[in-house]
Amino acid sequence: MTAAQPIIRLDQVTKAFGVGRSFTAVDRLDLDVGTGQMLALLGKTGCGKSTIFNMIAGLTEPTSGIVTVDGRNPFRDFDAFRGKIAIVFQNDRLLPWRTAVQNVGLGLEMLDIPPKLRNETAMHWLGKLGLLGHENDYPHALSGGMRQRVSIARAFATDANILLCDEPFSALDEMTGRTLRAEFLKLVKENGKTAVFITHSINEALEIGDRLVVLKRPATIALDVSLQRNCTIENKEAIRGRIQDVLAS
Amino acid sequence: MTMSEPQAAQEAAKARGAIWRRAFSYILPFIVVAGLWQIASRFFPPYLFPSLVDVFKRVFEILVTWDQLSDVLATIGRILAGLAGAFFIGAALAVVMARSQSANRFLSPILTLFQGIPALSWVVFAIIWFHGVEPRIFFIMVMTTLPSFTFQVLGALQGMSRDLTEMVMSFRPTRAKLFRVMIIPAILPDIMTAWKVNLGNASRVVVVAELVGATGGVGYELLQQQQVFDMAGALAWTLQLVFFVLIAQAVLTFIENIVFRYRAVSERTL
Ligand SMILES: Nc1ncnc2c1ncn2[C@@H]1O[C@H](COP(=O)(O)OP(=O)(O)O)[C@@H](O)[C@H]1O
Ligand SMILES: [Mg+2]
Repeated sequence: MTAAQPIIRLDQVTKAFGVGRSFTAVDRLDLDVGTGQMLALLGKTGCGKSTIFNMIAGLTEPTSGIVTVDGRNPFRDFDAFRGKIAIVFQNDRLLPWRTAVQNVGLGLEMLDIPPKLRNETAMHWLGKLGLLGHENDYPHALSGGMRQRVSIARAFATDANILLCDEPFSALDEMTGRTLRAEFLKLVKENGKTAVFITHSINEALEIGDRLVVLKRPATIALDVSLQRNCTIENKEAIRGRIQDVLAS
Repeated sequence: MTMSEPQAAQEAAKARGAIWRRAFSYILPFIVVAGLWQIASRFFPPYLFPSLVDVFKRVFEILVTWDQLSDVLATIGRILAGLAGAFFIGAALAVVMARSQSANRFLSPILTLFQGIPALSWVVFAIIWFHGVEPRIFFIMVMTTLPSFTFQVLGALQGMSRDLTEMVMSFRPTRAKLFRVMIIPAILPDIMTAWKVNLGNASRVVVVAELVGATGGVGYELLQQQQVFDMAGALAWTLQLVFFVLIAQAVLTFIENIVFRYRAVSERTL
């Protein structure tokens, strides 16, 4: 897929941490993500994936360079992005004092959606993720997989057209992760979202992305491939081989 | 789950037994102390160790005589007003300190310094600086409980989960909503604890504050008892405050049990 109008744009983005900004986590990164693209961002643990994620999400500001989402600065234009970006974190990050349905409704509350509609929407997404009957449970009473489902429902409920995911299934067991991944992929496609999906698993990246970007430490692009929709198994295996070479070197 | 009827009855009896055992273990220390006192009262004159029967007669008398009950209520009012004042000022200071490093560096030493000043010194300052009994007492109550309230709320704010805060921020709440959905529920448990702790402190300080300034209240009444060497009266007035603290703590605990029912309970305790 050729990148349509880029909706997320990183231009020579650097992020440094520590005393005197001595540690460079992201180094002059250029990255464009087209509207409707499903980008899998792949790299080893500690290579700066979450740092990139936080900059796109507007949770941190780059040390230098420019990040734009939909033509705006996601860190500075705080209010402009309300309801525009939805996030699924690695851990579920549910508010322990809220029930499942109240957690799913959180983003809608920020958008001033009236309680009745909020509740209906939240229930709709809980239903989509197979959680009906658990809407009034508090997070501590749910299993890890169910909690991550609630957090996915929370991300979809606001109907933001940009979806950012930071290794959302890596804390789950193999089986649960696989089921949830398939459901998630279906939901993303059904709802025509632009998504950046961060992962350290080659399999997951190949399964989810229609474009794969492989990062090396400090975060710079080592490989950038697009997968055809009708990509053959041989093709995928060839790409897997290339990714493995890049990550090994 | 379904249970046969005798089984259900058995369960209920068990639960009742557990409640009684807990109630008993709660009052046992009081019974022991009271018993020792009662024994002492047989060997010492009443102005040293009066019989508890006399003490409770006085306690009852205070409760049913409006003149005296109003003294108790006045003192309770002063405790609550002082705590409320200290809490709101302390919470505001804590928010400022949590948001600004330099405010924190500036205010922390001052509050620490306040913590070292004895209640009696505040009494003297209050008499010099303020006119009128109530402003003086209010000032003393606020100054003596302000530092701990501030530090407790600050600690709660700083201890908030960064992960959860970031998650809420990713939805880009307005400031008011951030407080409502995240900050207040997150720090509420610590605020309840702070109230419990400060309630005890305040009820001890209030008598000192009243001893010097007031013409009514438990502290004033205590001073009267001292002048006539009435130990039973002194105890009875003291018990009024003790009862108030016990009841207030019980109310706070009751509220906690309702508000924090979302918490997972472990069958193993610390
Ligand atoms: N807030 C921070 N302060 C200092 N160092 C950080 C911070 N966040 C991340 N880092 C460092 O930046 C590097 C990249 O981290 P991260 O983006 O979390 O990696 P990944 O998500 O790919 O595992 C790591 O070495 C990490 O220690
Ligand atoms: Mg990470």
